Amino acid sequence: MTTVIAETATRGLVEIHNVHKSYGGVEVLSGIDLAVQPGEVVAILGPSGSGKSTLLRTINHLESVDRGSVTVDGQLIGYELRGGKLYELREREVLERRTQIGIVFQNFNLFPHLTALENVTEAPVALGRLSKDDARELALGLLDRVGLSDKAEHYPRQLSGGQQQRVAIARALALKPKVILFDEPTSALDPELVGEVLDVIRDLAQLGTTLIIVTHEVGFAREVADRVVFLDGGRVIEQGPPAEVLVAPKHPRVQDFLAKVLA
Amino acid sequence: MTDTLPRRPGAAEAATPPSAASSSRVDLGDLPVVHTKHWFRWSIGIVVLFVVAQFAWSLVTNENYEWDVFAHYFLSEPVLQGVGLTLLLTVVAASIGFFLGTLLALARLAKSPLLNSAAWLFIWFFRSVPLVVQIIVWYNLGYLYPTLGLGTPFTTDFWIVEFPTVQLISAFAAAILGLSLNQAAYSAEIIRGGLVSVDQGQLEAAAALGIPPRRRLTRIILPQAMRSIVPNATNEVIGLVKGASVVFVIALPEVFYAVQVIYNRNSRVIPLLLVAVVWYTIITTALSIAQYYIERHYARGTVRVLPPTPLQRARHWAGVQWARLGDSETGPAPLVGVDAPVVAKATFQGSSNDAKNSGGAGA
Repeated sequence: MTTVIAETATRGLVEIHNVHKSYGGVEVLSGIDLAVQPGEVVAILGPSGSGKSTLLRTINHLESVDRGSVTVDGQLIGYELRGGKLYELREREVLERRTQIGIVFQNFNLFPHLTALENVTEAPVALGRLSKDDARELALGLLDRVGLSDKAEHYPRQLSGGQQQRVAIARALALKPKVILFDEPTSALDPELVGEVLDVIRDLAQLGTTLIIVTHEVGFAREVADRVVFLDGGRVIEQGPPAEVLVAPKHPRVQDFLAKVLA
Repeated sequence: MTDTLPRRPGAAEAATPPSAASSSRVDLGDLPVVHTKHWFRWSIGIVVLFVVAQFAWSLVTNENYEWDVFAHYFLSEPVLQGVGLTLLLTVVAASIGFFLGTLLALARLAKSPLLNSAAWLFIWFFRSVPLVVQIIVWYNLGYLYPTLGLGTPFTTDFWIVEFPTVQLISAFAAAILGLSLNQAAYSAEIIRGGLVSVDQGQLEAAAALGIPPRRRLTRIILPQAMRSIVPNATNEVIGLVKGASVVFVIALPEVFYAVQVIYNRNSRVIPLLLVAVVWYTIITTALSIAQYYIERHYARGTVRVLPPTPLQRARHWAGVQWARLGDSETGPAPLVGVDAPVVAKATFQGSSNDAKNSGGAGA
């Protein structure tokens, strides 16, 4: 079943089907269904504790799911479906599949002991995809794309928050992922640094990579996203084009939330 | 950034005439600073200096130190052999200890409950038994197991190879076994402590980037863990240098045993103990210097700019003195730590200004 879908699917189709996840008896995700088309830009909004980050982390299998499934181009990330059984994949295979999905964290998680350049070259070199020289060339190109070619030799601590997050984006791009996940990429930033990071994400949105962005920046979501998905209590309670969901929400919880955020 | 760069000495004075000091727009960088006098600090300093001087004086004048005896034995053959053995025991036991310790730490952090509890038991046992007792037991293992070898499991009647234990475990082997297993137990906890101190997000980021587990450990987690491992590990190694002296119980002639043999013969206890003390001090000093540079290596990226090493500092100071002597127009290059792009110039502005001022005063 998986192979058939994988052959027909285009790059970067994410299908989330009836996903449940609990932590110590508390259900964080209670049956999420969501399909993200290749090249689509989806913004996930919702109050804290609504399961946004958890949902994002199930997509690249940083969290496993209790029920349901998450597939990227028809492929499960942590398992292989054969003859009606789920076979847990070896770590190497999980890692290989995971590289199709980049993630940008809220608090950057750059490697502090490596320079900006080394942060970007690390994964392609570690996976044996590129020689050191080729990785360096690629990384310099990516740093240039996020406007940081002059900071290549700097350590993360010598960079501002916005610059660090842009390095983190370049690092995620180095593996040429089909899907990039953003976990509140601007929440840890000073207000005046938010813009430079959003600019980079806006550029990515033009290029046809599937982007799933958990964010609190309602204005940005309206501008960049093809679709806004609103999560509450571990469920999708409303979704649609930003012009509808963000302007004339139907669900009272969404109306409430937007009233507070935009106030 | 441009206005924080060190300026050429003459230029600054010319640009700001002395009268500028009285105006409301003062450029602090161009004025001499009169430092606060710390009277209390000075008086305590003088007391300490007096005590140290008194002690140093007694070292020279008190004949009971018998420095001639000290000098006679300091580089004598048995002492040097003892130092050699101490170093050998330290190096071998530390290497085996830290290697085993790393494995134990990883086992303690592994997901397998079996590995987990096995490692916990090992650490628990070897931290419980005093080192001296361990060494004596290893040395006398023959009483427990007269022969060691390979044969059918759980039987004692069929052997493929078999050796008498007494032959297999010499005094040296017993010392190495005791020291390194003991060391492994302690270093396991130090290494585990270092590994868990690294932010979980680092592991997550590495996993999300598809970096394979072994490289995740060696390239991402360990280098960051080393920051907290190195000081404790050096403590352990220094402890081991001196801990190795307990092997005198099985008559291994390391440095402490060597001086004991000599003073038991000639009764010059103090000068011979001093021989051992000075040797231990020398080894510890070397290790402390190594620690400084290893820590510095792993501090990459943790501070914006690494402070200069004592050597760099000394060179800079010498440069300043030289510039003062030679009445040179251009001061020495600003003191800059390694790994310091751009930002360093701003940070060391102070020192380059000092150089400038002293150069200017001479002119």
